[in-house]
Amino acid sequence: MSKAAEAIKNVEKISPKNMPLVEPLSRGHRACQGCGEVLALRQVLKAVGKQVIACSATGCMEIISSPYPQTAWEVPWIHVAFENVAAVASGVEAGRKALIRKGRIQDDNTKVMAFAGDGATADIGLQALSGAMERGHDFVYVCLDNEAYMNTGIQRSSSTPYGAMTTTSPPGAKSKGQSTWKKNMPLIAAAHGIPYVATASPAFHLDLMNKARKAAAVPGPAYLHIYSPCPTGWRCGPDTAIEASRLVVQTRVFPLFEVIDGRYVLTRDITKPKPVADYLKSQRRFAHLKDEDIEFIQKRVDEEWERLLNLVKATNPEAK
Amino acid sequence: MAQRVGLECSLAVSEAVKLANADVIAAYPITPQTHIVEHLSELVASGELDAEFVPVESEHSAMSACVGSSAAGARTFTSSSSQGLALMHEILYIASALRLPIVMVVANRALSGPISIWNDHGDIMSERDINWVQFFAENGQEVLDLTITAFKIAEDHRVTLPVIVNMDGFILTHVIEPIEMPEQNEVDAYLPPFVPAQKLDPAKPISMGMVGVPEVYTEARKACVDALEKSYPFIVEHWNDFAAQFGRHYKPIECYKTDDAEALFVTMGSLSETAMTTVDELRAAGQKVGLVHIRLWRPFPTDDFLAAIGESKPLMVLDRALSPGCNAGPVATELRALLYAKGKTHYVANFVAGLGGRDVTRADFKSMMAKTLSAAKSGAPMPYEMVGVKE
Ligand SMILES: Cc1ncc(C[n+]2csc(CCOP(=O)(O)OP(=O)(O)O)c2C)c(N)n1
Ligand code: SF4
Repeated sequence: MSKAAEAIKNVEKISPKNMPLVEPLSRGHRACQGCGEVLALRQVLKAVGKQVIACSATGCMEIISSPYPQTAWEVPWIHVAFENVAAVASGVEAGRKALIRKGRIQDDNTKVMAFAGDGATADIGLQALSGAMERGHDFVYVCLDNEAYMNTGIQRSSSTPYGAMTTTSPPGAKSKGQSTWKKNMPLIAAAHGIPYVATASPAFHLDLMNKARKAAAVPGPAYLHIYSPCPTGWRCGPDTAIEASRLVVQTRVFPLFEVIDGRYVLTRDITKPKPVADYLKSQRRFAHLKDEDIEFIQKRVDEEWERLLNLVKATNPEAK
Repeated sequence: MAQRVGLECSLAVSEAVKLANADVIAAYPITPQTHIVEHLSELVASGELDAEFVPVESEHSAMSACVGSSAAGARTFTSSSSQGLALMHEILYIASALRLPIVMVVANRALSGPISIWNDHGDIMSERDINWVQFFAENGQEVLDLTITAFKIAEDHRVTLPVIVNMDGFILTHVIEPIEMPEQNEVDAYLPPFVPAQKLDPAKPISMGMVGVPEVYTEARKACVDALEKSYPFIVEHWNDFAAQFGRHYKPIECYKTDDAEALFVTMGSLSETAMTTVDELRAAGQKVGLVHIRLWRPFPTDDFLAAIGESKPLMVLDRALSPGCNAGPVATELRALLYAKGKTHYVANFVAGLGGRDVTRADFKSMMAKTLSAAKSGAPMPYEMVGVKE
């Protein structure tokens, strides 16, 4: 599969000068004040435009955007259930493919997109996502990762970071909060050998939007994993989402990279990382952590960064 | 001219889907449904059927992909059974609530545990309330014909609901029968291409599957229930049209020697054929019995059923599924409730037989009828029995 690099070459880059004016996700939705997830969603849709069929998993973004008889979606949109958005998108794509081949609808370059939270992606929907990626459907899967099940009231998911407090990983005499490390979904997606995988953060909005455009341009499955702060669930002020989105990258906790045709590319090298403590201390969900816990996490972050650099070196020797 | 061929009933289903010119098939294998999807994938692979075959990783995804493709405007088919159907359960309600005309053939099979690959109706009786139109086929010809009519009914804009055609696993799926194959041009004339009432299209955006707040949920459910209730005349209409064109007439309730009968068997699915033979034998022995066979299960054809059973005859209802804790099988429970609501006083005996593939013979039918008649005569409480339990 060397199709992705080819397709990406022709993608028109978004810069502050040609920021798209379209808003496929309209104002007036019901997300909490300062929600980073809906911001990420809006950025993706602005970048990709209106030639889209959107499929949503159950979760915050679905609930806040579609209480009948209102909808925030100005593109065709379908929600079916929690764990099956990749399968629904597979069906939409297959249906359109058959109808185009039979001459019953026109090929209008419509992109099928799936949107899901981290729970819907890394936990209950992982099988459907894996199946859809393996079958090679031409669609973009966007995981909006707010690091817990927010729609049901902040329970831990397998994407919740180590040490974080949630309502089902509460800290206590015998608990430090979440007891396991965050599942590495982007690498799981990349292991399927799909043409395009990328991580993004809404504080780096041009990077995010350009990655969304690239994901939409590649034929076959593309996977976008977007860090999406949730002030409500993280027990932070509504003005903290962008700051968290920046710090998480600057501390190397959430590296920005792409995997294009299997080649890892670092899209933002962090040569002088800020201490992980800066990031953790900015959020009340980590407030219970002691210095030794933060050191433990720092060590893991350093290791993971090394691992990523090794993947870049191994797959993309001319990178640096 | 239509040709008569010897064909396994499963393959007849696949051929019906080919004749219907389906656009998308999303499916996952499970015995005894496998031959249906295997043959469909062959038809797609050979180019005889121009469709997308989506070999999903589970039944949950099969139904989810069907929802997606149907919402995109494609004629969509799947098939499943037992555990697979149970895995789809969550999405079955959503498919009908979104009013998507998906067609599914269910090869009826017992549910675990213990695991059993053989036939009964336990799988589909757990799906009574999914708001799909549901038929029960009696033989291979019926399976083929009903599958073709299922698309026509499902896609009728006065209906727009998904449809299940039930066929007994192994007893029908794996049996070779003489089947009259309609010609492609005849089916094309009966079944024009699918024109969706609504679809996902960027040129005309709609939102499907929105949040139902308490102010609208009840009304949304009522709209679904009404759609199912109102589908009845259109089902009959399309079956009549089918008869006019193909010469085979299907009715929601089928009667066999009921006019002068003094007691009636009530059955569903392939056992109706055994019941018919039993009726013949009992009549030859001087006993005036008849058979009422339920073909349309959802929406239940109440008036046809009441007309079929006449006045005050004892009914012997055969269930191929349990409804634990309820002291009757699911079919008998429903029929009793229906009769009670209509002020009828029929004596309803209920036997659960043929679970997990156990044979139900003519001798079984005869002994069930004998028990029914003697209990009815003595006015004893209505029997409920799991037939042939070895203790
Ligand atoms: C089968 C099933 N199990 C559980 C639920 C309840 N549920 C709805 S949304 C949700 C959590 C969503 O979390 P996530 O995917 O992370 O998205 P977020 O709301 O955080 O954006 C859960 C558990 C459900 N709808 N369906
Ligand atoms: S709970 Fe969190 S993710 Fe959900 S809408 Fe509110 S801020 Fe956004």
